[in-house]
Amino acid sequence: MSGLDQVASGGNIIDCDVHPGVPSLNALMPYLDAHWRDSIVERGIDSIETASYPLKSPLTARPDWRGGEKQAVTSPEHVARDVFGALGADMAILNPLYGVQLILNEDMALALTRALNDWTREQWLDRDARLRASIVLPMHNVEHAIDEVERFAGDRRFVQAMVLVGSETLLGRRHFWPLYERLEKLGLPLGIHAGSSYRNPVTSLGWPSYFMEDYAAQAQGFQSQLTSLITEGVFAHCPALKVVLLESGVTWLPPFMWRLAKFWRGLRFEVPWVDRPPFEIVRDHVRLTIQPFDAPDDARTIERLMDQFNSDDMLLFSSDYPHWQFDGSTAMPRGVSTAVTQKIKIDNPLATYPRLAEASS
Amino acid sequence: MTHEIPPPDPAKASNRLCVIDCDIHPKTSLDDLKPFLSAHWWDMLETYGARPRHGFASGFPYPKSQPQAARRDAWPPGGGLPGSNLAFMRDQLLDFYDMDYAIMNFLSPTGQGAQNSDLSAAMAFAANEAARAVWTGPDKRLKASIVVPYEDAAESAREIERLAGLPDYAQVQMLSRTSELAGKKRYWPIYEAASAHGLPVSFHVFGYSGWPSTSAGWASYYIEEMAEHCTSCQSLLSSLVIEGVFERFPRLKVVLIEAGFGWLPALMHRLDRAYVRLRAETPHLKRLPSEYIREHVYVTTQPMEETEKPEHLIHTMEAIGWDRILFATDYPHWDFDDPRHSLPASLTAQQRRMILSENARKLYGFA
Amino acid sequence: MARHVVATANEIARGGRKLVDVAGRGIVVFNLNGEFFALANRCPHQAGELAKGQLCGLVRSSEPGVYNYSRQGEMIRCPWHSWEFDIRTGQSWCDPTKIRTRRYDVKLTHGAELVEGPYVAERFSVVVENEYLVIDL
Repeated sequence: MSGLDQVASGGNIIDCDVHPGVPSLNALMPYLDAHWRDSIVERGIDSIETASYPLKSPLTARPDWRGGEKQAVTSPEHVARDVFGALGADMAILNPLYGVQLILNEDMALALTRALNDWTREQWLDRDARLRASIVLPMHNVEHAIDEVERFAGDRRFVQAMVLVGSETLLGRRHFWPLYERLEKLGLPLGIHAGSSYRNPVTSLGWPSYFMEDYAAQAQGFQSQLTSLITEGVFAHCPALKVVLLESGVTWLPPFMWRLAKFWRGLRFEVPWVDRPPFEIVRDHVRLTIQPFDAPDDARTIERLMDQFNSDDMLLFSSDYPHWQFDGSTAMPRGVSTAVTQKIKIDNPLATYPRLAEASS
Repeated sequence: MTHEIPPPDPAKASNRLCVIDCDIHPKTSLDDLKPFLSAHWWDMLETYGARPRHGFASGFPYPKSQPQAARRDAWPPGGGLPGSNLAFMRDQLLDFYDMDYAIMNFLSPTGQGAQNSDLSAAMAFAANEAARAVWTGPDKRLKASIVVPYEDAAESAREIERLAGLPDYAQVQMLSRTSELAGKKRYWPIYEAASAHGLPVSFHVFGYSGWPSTSAGWASYYIEEMAEHCTSCQSLLSSLVIEGVFERFPRLKVVLIEAGFGWLPALMHRLDRAYVRLRAETPHLKRLPSEYIREHVYVTTQPMEETEKPEHLIHTMEAIGWDRILFATDYPHWDFDDPRHSLPASLTAQQRRMILSENARKLYGFA
Repeated sequence: MARHVVATANEIARGGRKLVDVAGRGIVVFNLNGEFFALANRCPHQAGELAKGQLCGLVRSSEPGVYNYSRQGEMIRCPWHSWEFDIRTGQSWCDPTKIRTRRYDVKLTHGAELVEGPYVAERFSVVVENEYLVIDL
């Protein structure tokens, strides 16, 4: 049975990467206190959209998934129509990408991040029972991040905590560990999504000329973060922590692990807490969403690339809605067996996000 | 895997490996450069050092795993640094493996990436003169890469013009961590001069861009610095393609040295897919990114990929193209690859020949 | 199987090593605080000569940031690629069951016992009063 047929038949599908669009900064105003509300108006702050997803860029929204203003869709009704309807998903995890993580002022960033999370709950989760969401983390300060996790952890519809891959400091660094300890205890995976806070250039060689380079470079950002998480020893410190790479691209991962394993054999003395091959650690702790997959549309090649993972547990179904990664209603790459397709669509998401199962039962 | 590896049998001509080693690092000392430096620059070097784009007055931000990043067995018995003694290098490398040619990439002292571009230019001139005086003169198997002060492209082009006709030099050498992405127009005079003279441009990993070592800040460990060569070379190559360097210089060949190659197929897929969506942004491109890469880009083997299953490596090499992969040992560095044992056992004789020597012979026009 | 006399007992200092040729095989003999161990002089990876590698200790970790450093001088790093091997077992640290170099038993033997023969000793004569390192191969 092809991916298209399965989607059409309305089987169990959990879409692990869907993006709710914030229509404008005004939408967050009700969730800000008077000081920040007035400050935003008085200072003439119109927009905090991120340059990682320019609203009119072809990648940011598929043509048939654009709203009336030709911008990305902005309401639960659109998700109901396109993700639960045409794509046949039963549940979807919302990953808000509004630019709160770019804000440099720590207090303003905290206020707007809190507002964004409140908005997601009221404007999305409360309006469609099939929706789940990530808690967007204010990462200036690990105490803020932990507070925000605590504020939402009791709401079981929040199934993970989310940061951007382009962080200010590498995510393996030890100053973040109190946050990871908390996530581990609460059973919340750390989601790392494509996009940058732009504290650093999007490449280690400076700022590129073209948006296409910015987007392509996100995959390299994930490679750096994964290296950091492994070599700093996050998974040795938090053995139950799961990390989900969202919109990371998929096919880069095995070759990158070959490279890291090669260096590990000769350099492991430098990081002795990494006591087994990096790829083994990644298979236990790291998951990836399938869009974009970054492979040719060729079943034999995809079969070969899938074999490189040497695991059926690592991939999670995603449409990356409304980003334009594929046409039609088949988000699954060709050449994946029916059994593995089933794992990607339902079993792996349930195993990764324990809260999904309890909420859907 | 306690297998015994038989030594090569020099008596059998058919056993001859025919190796062209595309990455070796002879050590030219600062004293070797001195005759070719002005008194002023010598004085500045003595006082301040080369002042690369990092904070250590000497040494490196990420300390190497070994002194001089060298094989423990590559220190010449008579003294001196690894790679500094031609006779010993012949014993251990050139004669030992009966090499046809070896391409020398000089990492320091070269002044590449120094904060002061004038110092870079002076040192590049001296390094290139020393290459001839110390190495290519005495041993014709050795071919030098032309060190260019790449942050000053006009000066780099002049250095290329000065040396391009000489048989001592095989290519133009940059480092991977340039201060801006290598596809930017500021570097184009280098590509123009190189391609006008039919010289490939190589990017050897390392160098200091001045930017954090990752797009999320500074990594902590040397093992991360090593892994980051893959990521920075992905950005570098994306830049060359997307800026249109290969469209503008259709004869240009690029060699990525010591960056690994496992990452290349995934990058080609990613760029192709992004291009299909975003092509309006880059009207100067006429073809898919992967097509430019297949036509213009070569990779070296060392540090050789080691995959979990042997077929993964074969499939990866196949995806890159058997005619695009060049053998390299990285002598005398600590992660040296042996030409007899590092390539996958299941290569056909023809594939092995292409990687060990034929591809390089053709690319560099060696006899 | 023959007894090969490869060294006199006092020839290899503590912390020292000697490369010997036994029936055409390169074998490196180590003295660890008076105990002798012998490994094939070929790394199973790419045939680097272990005799030319660096002796080092073993660093492990119970928790990131904690360096449990022990067994100084009991590991050898291959001069190529720096893989670590345990001198006592020949096992690599990174993959001890699959990647190991061959180890040989070294026996400390009295000259008096050896002179009765048979034995192979190419480069020195055995005398009754001394002790010798012997590898059976």
